[in-house]
Amino acid sequence: MHELALAEGIVATALKEAERAGLKVTEICVRMGELQQIDEELFKSVLRDIIKVEDERVREAEVVFLKEEAVLRCRVCGHEWTFGESMGNLSEEDVELIHFVPEMAHIYIGCPECGSPDFEITKGRGIWIEYIKGERWTPGSP
Amino acid sequence: MDPRLAVIDRRLEDIARIIAVSGGKGGVGKSVTASVMALLLSKLGYRTGLLDLDFCGPSVHTILGAKPTLPEEDRGVVPPEVHGIRFMSIVHYAGENPSPIRGVDISNATIELLAITRWGSLDFLVVDMPPGIGDATLDAIRLMKKAEFLLVTTGSKVSLAVVRRLLSMLVELKVRIIGTLENMRMKDLPSAREEMEALGVPFLGEIEFDRGLEGSIGDVEKLLRTRFAEGLEKVLGKVLSSA
Repeated sequence: MHELALAEGIVATALKEAERAGLKVTEICVRMGELQQIDEELFKSVLRDIIKVEDERVREAEVVFLKEEAVLRCRVCGHEWTFGESMGNLSEEDVELIHFVPEMAHIYIGCPECGSPDFEITKGRGIWIEYIKGERWTPGSP
Repeated sequence: MDPRLAVIDRRLEDIARIIAVSGGKGGVGKSVTASVMALLLSKLGYRTGLLDLDFCGPSVHTILGAKPTLPEEDRGVVPPEVHGIRFMSIVHYAGENPSPIRGVDISNATIELLAITRWGSLDFLVVDMPPGIGDATLDAIRLMKKAEFLLVTTGSKVSLAVVRRLLSMLVELKVRIIGTLENMRMKDLPSAREEMEALGVPFLGEIEFDRGLEGSIGDVEKLLRTRFAEGLEKVLGKVLSSA
């Protein structure tokens, strides 16, 4: 379950920020980029499960999820298109490989206009923390 | 914020030593050195991992005769075991397709692999670095904080010039350097030893040009019987005692 590894990253980042700023985390906003094709329900459930058993500075945090469409821009001809437009040309296996390492999109996708694999992933690559909110915290406080 | 950066240290925490085989110049034998070093370490009983960070020209799987295999998922991904070595490479995802990816994407793919790969407990992780001193080298230094560099060069003035630049950068960044190794040594040409020692880093030894090496690519038993492997074994003794 690859989603767990990414969820761990979110919790570890939240804890690191809490330690750095002397805060208890109250809210984490996670942006899920379409390109990585994360299993949304699985990811949400895994993230909520691991937060509950984390350090007390993180365990009560609410998680807000945002979805972001993946947008690609060709560096050769400048054409911009969405990952959704290329999905129809991909096999299930291609999508799975992009799921693990989104940069594999350059192997399995070409610009619909000129065919070039030299494109930029301008939006919606993968998992990202949009923001972390917190309140002042001292050890032992509720 | 990139959530992957915070877990990389956790993924690498049970690895005693990370050896980045680098050198700057292409074609000096970094990949063969990294591959055979991993085989020798494994043969000596060390729990060994091997990471091919050359995303645009991965070749470790060819040297080891290993087929790309989609890593198993288990709270991340588990590197497939090849000849007793836990082996991770972009080829597990790219197959034999060309991977036309640029700097920022190479960096992102490196972060992704380091964040999701569960190496487990290892005595050594050997990293085959790509040529150049750009993105991959800077990422290796930034993301694998305990990485120690072993630099491979040939006696060629061209290779020495590049390795000098790499050394100078590593020294400036206070990165640990195990030493330099001269590969494809030609007896009738000057040794790189003097020049490398003058730079103040340990010279680990010379490996003579081995005409038999090419015929053993893809066959680990043959690889381990080459004069190259014999030479590298001597160098390895110095690497082991440099801890």
